[in-house]
Amino acid sequence: MTAVARSGGWPFHGWTTMLSICVADRLAHRGDFALGTLMRFLPIVTQIFLWTAVFSAAGSTSIAGYSRNDFVAYYLLTMVARSFSSMPGLASGIARSVRDGSVKKYLVQPVDYVGFLLAARVAHKLVYFAVAAAPFALVFFLCRSFFPWPPEPPVVAAYLASLVMSFLLGFLLEATLGMLGFWFLEVSSLIFVYMLAQFLLSGHMFPIDMLDGIAVGSAGWSLSLGDIVRLLPFQYTAYFPCAIWLGKLRGADLAVGLAMEAAWVVAAAVACRFAFLRGTRRYSGYGG
Amino acid sequence: MPASAPLHARGESSNPVIRVAGLTKHYRVFDKREGIGGSLRGLFRRQARTVEALRGVSLEVDPGEFVAVLGPNGAGKTTFLKLLSGIITPTSGTASVLGHVPWQRHDDFRRRFALVMGQRNQLWWDLPAAESFRLHEVIYRVDPARFARTRDELVELLGVAKLIHQPVRELSLGERMKLELVAALLHEPEVLFLDEPTIGLDVVAQHAIHSFLRQVQQERGTTVLLTTHYMKDVAALCRRVVVITHGRILYDGTLAEIVDRFTTHKIVTLDFETPPSDAAVAAWGFPCERRGPQVRLRIDRDRIAGALSEILAGESVIDVTVEDVPLEDVIAGLFRSAGDDGEPTAALQEAVR
Repeated sequence: MTAVARSGGWPFHGWTTMLSICVADRLAHRGDFALGTLMRFLPIVTQIFLWTAVFSAAGSTSIAGYSRNDFVAYYLLTMVARSFSSMPGLASGIARSVRDGSVKKYLVQPVDYVGFLLAARVAHKLVYFAVAAAPFALVFFLCRSFFPWPPEPPVVAAYLASLVMSFLLGFLLEATLGMLGFWFLEVSSLIFVYMLAQFLLSGHMFPIDMLDGIAVGSAGWSLSLGDIVRLLPFQYTAYFPCAIWLGKLRGADLAVGLAMEAAWVVAAAVACRFAFLRGTRRYSGYGG
Repeated sequence: MPASAPLHARGESSNPVIRVAGLTKHYRVFDKREGIGGSLRGLFRRQARTVEALRGVSLEVDPGEFVAVLGPNGAGKTTFLKLLSGIITPTSGTASVLGHVPWQRHDDFRRRFALVMGQRNQLWWDLPAAESFRLHEVIYRVDPARFARTRDELVELLGVAKLIHQPVRELSLGERMKLELVAALLHEPEVLFLDEPTIGLDVVAQHAIHSFLRQVQQERGTTVLLTTHYMKDVAALCRRVVVITHGRILYDGTLAEIVDRFTTHKIVTLDFETPPSDAAVAAWGFPCERRGPQVRLRIDRDRIAGALSEILAGESVIDVTVEDVPLEDVIAGLFRSAGDDGEPTAALQEAVR
């Protein structure tokens, strides 16, 4: 990913300027942004009520190996992971810029479009965390009793690495999806399908290891649905970082998981670059 | 003359900044039938056709030239600029701009030219232009001291110093376009492509932009290609004119030559003390307009001297003006004179011999 740093000289100056301008642009819409950020905390309240109700109805202290506290902790951690990996408006924004012709300026200027989008998204996240830091802290403070408190430092380091990679993976998957705008006039249905898959298969809706009990396949070979879902990249955008924090992955499993996540990041980066290069070759420069 | 050669080919240059040979661009478009039935049929069978936006354009532009690219809507002007600026890839043919193949989009190339599209924004909509300028300083790697000097010069020339700290969305179209031009010139491009930069602007803003472009181009020796529908832009700025119709170059030569070759008459306005009879007016030339004692006449160029001496000898004339036919009319006539396939008609070829 190179933006202005492509051929040497002032790379950090370039990035910092681009970042500061992107931050300024985000702040131009601060009211809407702050409201949107705060609204994102509402679902966690509903999740706490929902799982409390589920547990009291089931009359059990554990569902699929999760206690009520585990579920609340899981959803709080999912919220953190999603705050890194979700990319609101990225794919649709790219597709729109192709359709209305505003992508042209990035083809004419000596700036890499994907690198520029990445800088803009980093700025987006920085502003988001600046706004969301206090509410996050409050929610975690209020829910502190649900948590297994900080794991040992190497696990925290692995957790942080998985979050950074989940940001990159989320960005690259959505950017690739947006690049399909070079081929299709309208990509909103594709984005919807992606969002749905993301919601169901990333662990956003429920922990993926709940699917481990569902077997698929015949007598010769047997896999659980959880195994299949874990082969896809989606889990790295929500479930995987949570699983690290909750101590579900250790030792070799953790290392393999991180390596797989890194491999998905590289694969998505290649796909995104390929889609951009092929897309711009067939681009017709619509919109005047 | 080969069928597709422009009517007035220019001499070969030893060191052109832009060199284009046999450039073609075909688009495949799908026709959509009307109504729900048409849409449903389109799901199963789409009717595609090929649009030939450019059909073998060859051209050379020397350093420091200011060239107008003219043509009716859909002639291929903007496609031509998009190809030269690397936004799109041609179907066939070659092009070299500043020694680079534009559609390879090397950063070394992209730092040396700029494209301004009248209907497109390169400035950040919600931020003051000063922020976009700062970004340009970085992405074009302009030396900070030089950047500050150039920016100050340009904003002063256009009188927009007070506007650069105001969010772009709050500015008028003319103000925005001036700031777009500043942004495009901050890195002192050697080649500047302008696609209808004065579209929708009032006369004052147009005039300000003309003066600005003329001064900047003369001081820096920038090579400029301009597409426009406003002949005032052409008359104010360009010596050379390239006319494209139906994806082909129909004419390539000086503006003066177009006027000279494609106008057969002049417009004469006369104020008489006593209005002359209609028969007398018709004998002098073709009457265009008559308002009281004032008469506007179209008179063949080779008859002007004779007709005027006859009028002045026989009538009591208070005032007389002789004008060239408006440039718009000349160019419109030139557009019309191209055949449906973009080839110059026999009559047109005759006119330029």
